[in-house]
Amino acid sequence: MNTMNMLDKSLDTKTTKITARDVNVYYGDSHAIKDVNVEIDANTVTAFIGPSGCGKSTFLRCINRMNDTIDVCRVRGDILLDGEDIYDKRVDPVQLRAKVGMVFQKPNPFPKSIYDNVSYGPRIHGLSRNKAEMDDIVEKSLRRAAIWEEVKDRLDAPGTGLSGGQQQRLCIARAIATEPEVLLMDEPCSALDPIATAQVEELIDELRTNYSVVIVTHSMQQAARVSQKTAFFHLGNLVEFGPTGQIFTNPEDPRTESYITGRIG
Amino acid sequence: MPIFWLIVILLALTACGYWFGRSRALASANGNPRELHSLPVYYGANVAMSIAIPALMTLAIWLLVQPMVIESRVSASLPSEVIPENTSIGLIMGDVRRLSDGLDEVVAQGFLDAKQALDLNSETTDIRATLGEVGVALGSDVRPEVLAAAQQYRQLSATGGRAMTLVCLFLALGGLVLSLRKTNKTFRARNVVERGILALLVLAASLAILTTVGIVFSMLFETINFFGLHAWRDFFFGTTWAPNFRGDSELSMLPLLWGTLYISAIALLVAVPVGLFAAIYLSEYAGSTVRSFAKPLLEILAGIPTIVYGLFALLTVGPLLLKLFGQGEEGLLGLTWMSGATSVLTAGVVMGIMLIPFVSSLSDDIINAVPQALRDGSLGLGATKSETIRQVVLPAALPGIVGAILLAASRAIGETMIVVMGAGAIAKFSANPFESMTTITTRVVSQLTGDTDFASPETLVAFALGLSLFVLTLGLNVLALYIVRKYREQYD
Repeated sequence: MNTMNMLDKSLDTKTTKITARDVNVYYGDSHAIKDVNVEIDANTVTAFIGPSGCGKSTFLRCINRMNDTIDVCRVRGDILLDGEDIYDKRVDPVQLRAKVGMVFQKPNPFPKSIYDNVSYGPRIHGLSRNKAEMDDIVEKSLRRAAIWEEVKDRLDAPGTGLSGGQQQRLCIARAIATEPEVLLMDEPCSALDPIATAQVEELIDELRTNYSVVIVTHSMQQAARVSQKTAFFHLGNLVEFGPTGQIFTNPEDPRTESYITGRIG
Repeated sequence: MPIFWLIVILLALTACGYWFGRSRALASANGNPRELHSLPVYYGANVAMSIAIPALMTLAIWLLVQPMVIESRVSASLPSEVIPENTSIGLIMGDVRRLSDGLDEVVAQGFLDAKQALDLNSETTDIRATLGEVGVALGSDVRPEVLAAAQQYRQLSATGGRAMTLVCLFLALGGLVLSLRKTNKTFRARNVVERGILALLVLAASLAILTTVGIVFSMLFETINFFGLHAWRDFFFGTTWAPNFRGDSELSMLPLLWGTLYISAIALLVAVPVGLFAAIYLSEYAGSTVRSFAKPLLEILAGIPTIVYGLFALLTVGPLLLKLFGQGEEGLLGLTWMSGATSVLTAGVVMGIMLIPFVSSLSDDIINAVPQALRDGSLGLGATKSETIRQVVLPAALPGIVGAILLAASRAIGETMIVVMGAGAIAKFSANPFESMTTITTRVVSQLTGDTDFASPETLVAFALGLSLFVLTLGLNVLALYIVRKYREQYD
């Protein structure tokens, strides 16, 4: 890991996009997230790291209320998106998820054509008035996901027929086609080989110009490479949150240091 | 020796063989099972198998073949003048068999001893009366030729039976000795037993397949007989179904096929939407408590015998439809479309109700098999639940659902009781769902029940209809399997 390189990363102060205050999550009787407070900046890549089962994915899923689909899951505390509580009764989780897109651990393209996969979100949200506009959105999204050149001649082919890395980039294209403000990524590279991983990481860095990206990762190298801010979770607690360079080079909490150096986790 | 005792002896030998094999193997290893190649039970099972399988198989084959051989020898020895005009050798042989069985019975009950039974003479003894005393009724007095044949029959059976007993016992003992001699601690008994189990499984599988083939062939032969008596053109392309026993019946499949397909189509129109929506509700919306009692309740519908559905059609649905669309009880809607309770619609609706659990249960399984990741992906893009189901879950599950519908269709086509009781018995082409119609299955039943003569086309047509039905449902099933295989999504 190149320490100098990380410290060089620009950390210009930006507006806060997401604020979490005293968030607690329970799965039935088990207490999965304990009093988490975090502020996620706009146009920043924030990485959540920590050992398996520490609650980082659970917390990520709270941000677009995907935990609503799990019956036994209860969320307490406030999560504010642009200052508005997303767990307010007036907020429609469906609209929220259009603003906060998500990419999952395993590539999950729909069993439809590549074109239909990307146009799925814009279509259900009515983002295009005609076919030409839709073509435009699809092309733009695929280009931004760095997969356009590979699929432009076979947009009618099924998305499930692509390779793993291509599938994941297709899923990213699908997520950005709805023009979200925040993009949540739950271990997006864990099913990918190093080459595909590098492509996705490059992509994440580009996405930062338009979106806030929150990425959960098990790979500390990946967190160091792509993120500007890093949060370390352990046993449901947010142990430490700060600029990536500082977390990796000069952590305040001994548990963070142990995890980064490989002694726990 | 009666066969029962032979089987008991063979089984007893098998049990002893098991025990001998086991102890011999243990003895060869000085009582230490660790030195054996296989567990002691395998040695026992190996000996038991060597005893039971050859003996019992020989027994079974012998029992099947012996009557055929004896029959052909006895009937060959019957002089041809015994056979009166307008009867067949089969009738005489029936007499011979009854007589020989009756004589056996007389001896068994002690009216005559074996010697006397052999020396019977139809001139001096009233055999008919003697047999009557032990409860064997003969149709006419016994002629000497028949008596001679019956005596020959008895003699051959007795000889055959003794030979069978000896051969079976010899095979069993031979198996015992041979397998015991092989039993020692290095013998790989486990592998032998394993092959035996494989053979058993193969036998079971081939029995199932052979039975199917047998059914098809028996239908095929009768169908060929039918086409020998009746023009195939009329059967396949005629337009009228009018069997009569004067010999000029019009036996066309088409009106029946039309009725079958019409009723099945209505049944599917009822069953597919209701069943599919029920499946979607159960798999996607219902909480675990609702699901845990709603699903079994729905599946109870599948356990109701179809005759009960038939009663439901006859007593409830038919009159209800008549009240709505006809003049029954003065007609609620003031329509005169329907004149009787039995109609295509009655049968179709009730059959549809019968098929609901079939469609819903299969579709529910298929929808549940769609990976959660796809739902998450769609929900994560801001789709609502119903958008997710319509645009992601159902398309992914579609091949399976189509397969389920085709399976339901083949059940609808083969359904009989509901149609008998709900649809009436008139074969005709009509697009009016309020009229009575009939189906292939009900005609098969009516052509074969009652006084039937298996040489007339009116009866044999049932086999041709049955075979057509078989081909139709087989085709649908093959199509269903093909669709499911071809379009099944490889999720992983």
